[in-house]
Amino acid sequence: MLEYSTELLNALVLITNYVLIPAISYGSQLALGAVGVTLVFGILRFANFAHGEMMAFGCMATIFITWWFQSLGISGGVFPTALLALPFAILVTALLAVAIDRSIFSFYRIHKSRPVTFVVASVGVMFMLNGLVRILIGTDEIIFRDGHKFLIKAGAFKKMTGLSEGLALKQTQVLTFVLAVIAVLALFWFLQRTRTGKAMRAFSDNEDLALLSGINPERVVLVTWIIAASLATLAGVLYGLDKSFKPMVYFHLLLPIFAAAIVGGIGQPLGAIIGGYVVAFSEITATYAFKKFLKYLAPADLAPEGLTQFLTAEYKFAVSFLILVLVLLIRPTGILRGRVL
Amino acid sequence: MTYLTGEKLTGGYGGADIIKDCTIAVNQGEIAVVVGPNGAGKSTAMKALLGMLNLREGRVLLDGQDISKLSPQQRVAKGMAFVPQNNNVFVTMTVEENLEMGAFLRRDDITETMEQVYELFPILKTKRRQVAGELSGGQRQQVAVGRALMTSPTVLMLDEPTAGVSPIVMDELFDRIIEIKRTGIAILMVEQNARQALNIADQGFVLVTGENRFTDTGEVLLANEEVRKSFLGG
Repeated sequence: MLEYSTELLNALVLITNYVLIPAISYGSQLALGAVGVTLVFGILRFANFAHGEMMAFGCMATIFITWWFQSLGISGGVFPTALLALPFAILVTALLAVAIDRSIFSFYRIHKSRPVTFVVASVGVMFMLNGLVRILIGTDEIIFRDGHKFLIKAGAFKKMTGLSEGLALKQTQVLTFVLAVIAVLALFWFLQRTRTGKAMRAFSDNEDLALLSGINPERVVLVTWIIAASLATLAGVLYGLDKSFKPMVYFHLLLPIFAAAIVGGIGQPLGAIIGGYVVAFSEITATYAFKKFLKYLAPADLAPEGLTQFLTAEYKFAVSFLILVLVLLIRPTGILRGRVL
Repeated sequence: MTYLTGEKLTGGYGGADIIKDCTIAVNQGEIAVVVGPNGAGKSTAMKALLGMLNLREGRVLLDGQDISKLSPQQRVAKGMAFVPQNNNVFVTMTVEENLEMGAFLRRDDITETMEQVYELFPILKTKRRQVAGELSGGQRQQVAVGRALMTSPTVLMLDEPTAGVSPIVMDELFDRIIEIKRTGIAILMVEQNARQALNIADQGFVLVTGENRFTDTGEVLLANEEVRKSFLGG
């Protein structure tokens, strides 16, 4: 009996270490990205394909400022120096987003272009930003994390508990979750309680009536870009801290982020958060090999022969695709009944 | 001189003119009703007063001032409030937030106006935390009118306020509109339910194919044999 409960604990630790913790931190990063996409969709009524590149740009700006701080001898102590650089990078990225809106998207707003025109324009912006980031910082992988790496080390955990499975908890994983929660709470407070936030919701709900009520559309659009750029920078930096910075990664992240926004119901910030975790958990469970986990739980003679892995890690993007297709087929409005694309 | 006047309005949405030489006017503390068959340009005439239409000819006067060049938003700021026929509430927002959005242009304390709206429509007070999209058609209409009243307007324009509501709710709504009129607001209303609307109207305008056919007090129009036969079903 005691032996079996140790086996059970080992299985739980294993799944926490390889599925639960990574999925929560990856889900938080996707959620932050998806909220930005969904906000832009709600207010400007187009799917912004440049959002992933905005994350890359925000992360790049953070890296440059981090390097500058480090050269001045400023550091975040036990925390990554990037956290100190983050507010400045948000400012730079927000300025860029507003400049892009003023120079590109506002043209199409004045001409009352159809949403598909905006989408194609945003694809153009995406390529432009992608090029800009690669010119400025290069294409190499950059690790800009400093401070303490682990809160719990696998070896120490094993020694402490006497279990044969280790549990590692990186500081960046906790930071990701905590900062994501703070950012989301702040966003909801803003949307629910402030005059500007309510005006944004009203504008997203019924543009004509919002105009009749005297809500200034340009101001709503401006605030939306500032928030979207801030969330994109935060998401980009958290992802970069947790893994590493590679310009093309953010381009690939676009798919799971859009899947998350659509699963949750496009235009619904809460839905985007739920969607972020749904996509992250699906992706990680589908690519995790359950062999060892099942071996702990099942009697020795029933243990599976193969890896019991649904998909190899190379196919993780297929999961997002699958979710996307299923949602669009079965429930196009998403979990929280957003708009239909 | 009437308070709000649309004088010899001619125009459309770009193509052919929908309204021709059309004159509509309303005084403060009075109800003016625009009736007519489908496609007569009733709603278009009202939209012309609000500036949502390209006018080729004619002008709009508010309190003696020519406002023809102002945008709809600027006219709202001048005291004109408009309740569209469809999509006239923020369905994802609560009743109270709908009212707050109605008062968006105001920087002063809006609690008193909100109390007045709740007094006029008591049901809204009990449902003020509820999302407007979950209300019944009649209650939504009340939210829509309440939202428009939040700017403390001098003119209230209603585009078919009783479309799609039951006869009982319609009577109730008309009663409230009369109450609003008594506060000295000018009310201009487009209506399908012509007979009931003319009953409460001080002034009636019968439009046919975008032109004025009959213009008189509601009482006279209701008594007019030709109006009754052609537009009121006998």
